[in-house]
Amino acid sequence: MTRSKNVSRQKVEAGLKQRRRRERWFQMLGLLATTIGVVFLLVFFSTLISKGSSAFMQTHIMLDVEYSAEIISPDGKPDTVYADYDAIIRNALMEIFPEVTDRRERRDLQRMVSIGAGYQMRAVIERDPSLIGTRQSIVVPAAANVDMVVKGNIDRDIDENLRPVSDRQLAWIDRLDAEGKLVTQFNTALFTNGDSREPELAGIRGALMGSLYMLVVTIVLAFPVGAAAAVYLEEFAPRNRWSDLIEVNINNLAAVPSIVFGLLALAVFINWMSLPRSAPLVGGLALSLLTLPVIIIASRAAIKSVPPSIREAALGVGASKMQVVFHHVLPLALPGMLTGAIIGMSRALGESAPLLMIGMVAFIVDVPAGFTDPATALPVQIYLWADSPERAFAERTSAAIIVLLGFLLLMNLTAVILRKRVERKW
Amino acid sequence: MTKRSTAALLLASAASIALMNTSAFAQAGRDYIYIVGSSTVYPFATVVAERFGRGSQFKTPKVESTGSGGGLKLFCDGVGVDYPDVANSSRAIKQSEMDRCSANGVHEIIEVKIGYDGIVVAAAMSSATMSLSRKDLFLALAKQVPGASSGQLVANPYKTWKDVNPTLPARAIEVLGPPPTSGTRDAFAELALEAGCQEIDWIAALKSSDSERFLTICHTVREDGVFVEAGENDNLIVQKLEANPSALGIFGFSFLDQNADKVKGEPIDGIAPSFDAIADGSYPVSRPLYFYVKKAHVDVIPGLRGYLREFTSDRAWGEFGYLSDRGLIPLPDEERSQVAAAVADLSPMSAAKN
Repeated sequence: MTRSKNVSRQKVEAGLKQRRRRERWFQMLGLLATTIGVVFLLVFFSTLISKGSSAFMQTHIMLDVEYSAEIISPDGKPDTVYADYDAIIRNALMEIFPEVTDRRERRDLQRMVSIGAGYQMRAVIERDPSLIGTRQSIVVPAAANVDMVVKGNIDRDIDENLRPVSDRQLAWIDRLDAEGKLVTQFNTALFTNGDSREPELAGIRGALMGSLYMLVVTIVLAFPVGAAAAVYLEEFAPRNRWSDLIEVNINNLAAVPSIVFGLLALAVFINWMSLPRSAPLVGGLALSLLTLPVIIIASRAAIKSVPPSIREAALGVGASKMQVVFHHVLPLALPGMLTGAIIGMSRALGESAPLLMIGMVAFIVDVPAGFTDPATALPVQIYLWADSPERAFAERTSAAIIVLLGFLLLMNLTAVILRKRVERKW
Repeated sequence: MTKRSTAALLLASAASIALMNTSAFAQAGRDYIYIVGSSTVYPFATVVAERFGRGSQFKTPKVESTGSGGGLKLFCDGVGVDYPDVANSSRAIKQSEMDRCSANGVHEIIEVKIGYDGIVVAAAMSSATMSLSRKDLFLALAKQVPGASSGQLVANPYKTWKDVNPTLPARAIEVLGPPPTSGTRDAFAELALEAGCQEIDWIAALKSSDSERFLTICHTVREDGVFVEAGENDNLIVQKLEANPSALGIFGFSFLDQNADKVKGEPIDGIAPSFDAIADGSYPVSRPLYFYVKKAHVDVIPGLRGYLREFTSDRAWGEFGYLSDRGLIPLPDEERSQVAAAVADLSPMSAAKN
């Protein structure tokens, strides 16, 4: 007896070293995999932030403008359509640089200020016509090229012909800077404006609202339908060949490339139901098709994880099948279902392929005000900016990605908080 | 119970939103201009659209980037508020597309030639300049090149530019370019490769005798990793060129214009791509850009006439207009005023083209 015990002990001890080594190896591999993941993530975030953070600040030029009545109200009352508001900016620039008289030089000078400045003047007068005839010190956005020079994204030392800013303009920038007229402010335009082809005026508000409208449509459609389907399939449906077939199909559907849902939306919602192209309504419908399988699968898993003893106890005290589901199973499964829904939503938020087919990859300046207004979405805006030739769009692309990531983080945080609040332990 | 009623309420509201919007839209007209088409014309059309929208009382037009072919397909689907008013195109409309248009009731189409776009072969600033001919480009990039005897084709054996043409440096051939779905690629194949291909006599002779074979020989790009399809994103090509000074990249002139501090355009047939060389037609690889307008939509869609006027105004497409800042090469003065006059009169193109 003792002998055989000793033998097996020896056997164990002989193999122990190898077992421990294997375990160490396995742990090290795991650690390595995690490290690689973290390093990639860090590289991604650091390049994104180093490239994009400068876009949150924008160079502005301080000008003393005169809202001259001659320009704004030639006929006695303010003209907000045809008056030459650019002339107000032009005159203010001429006051700073009185020596610039040549036509071409003047044109160069005016190009240092964003074309948005004239529209800004118009908006000011529209809001407060009593300013006509007064002098005000105002801040207008500088043109994107000036901004790029100030941020160091345009090399000042290379040959004049190779950069978009002339030597003359560089000298003017330096003079404005020396006089303290060049101010760097938070780039509010990025959050209040729709898209623009002028980088200094371009904002993500339109895309953000488009994404928001789409997500509303998606959650309103996909969550109730997905939850109802999951409850039926899990609690009421008979187990037979048909329910198996449905289950296989739902699982397959969750893995279908998203562009297919875009094609489906194009064929059904736009061509057949003749809903408008580029509308968040159609985008939301396409995305709800996309998220439906995700929500059904997550909800079914949540319902399945409710212990059968709870169902049996409820049935035992005389509850009907429906009372069991609504009084006991659903409250316990809800945290899991909500998490599934929000994960589905985050996926929908990051999708751009299905939107390509339904005309949401478009240049839309006006911020959408409803479900049928033309709109784009955040990922589409990122794609469009990444493809723009202007240098200043590169940093704005990164900034838009940061905002999208922030949005995603917020949604996932909501999922965690919701789950924590409604979660019940048993 | 409350949960059930909430769910029912949500479903009902979703359904009503959907229904309400369908009926509302079916009746209402459209109060903005709807533009589709070429991704090459997109940067120019969007600038005009934005200036027009900001400067006028009308809404800013919606510009979709669908590619020339996709845009003309949507354009020719029919007349009415559901269909685009304007199609941008980086090539002239084809007869087949005209036929499709008229079959769908789109009859009077106004053609507007807006200017030229050059396609450049660019390299990093730090690399030595290489003056290429179109024949060099064809021999370096074609899948099959002429062999020792006339009529014989061999798989492209060339590894360095020196193999192609002894006067060129012994630099490995490495070219980054757009994928076949891109209009830039089509134009490059037609204007550079096909032109270079025609300099070989027996292939040029095929053009009339066996045009299909001619196109296959001239337009097929090698697939052995020497030509890298870099996706539709031209900014990416610029970045890759900076990182790899021995590579060449193919993209539109506007990207060269915006990145002139990082990359330079190589001379083709001895002419470097510059604003002036493209404008006067001496740079060989350039193509005209167009947009097409439905006459039936003018004065029906609010602002369409104004958009046309804005696009054809001198401050937009003129020699010193804002489009030239974005890299559009303007038409010669005379042609520009002719086109502008035709647009002002809304004179449509004749139904049978060519």
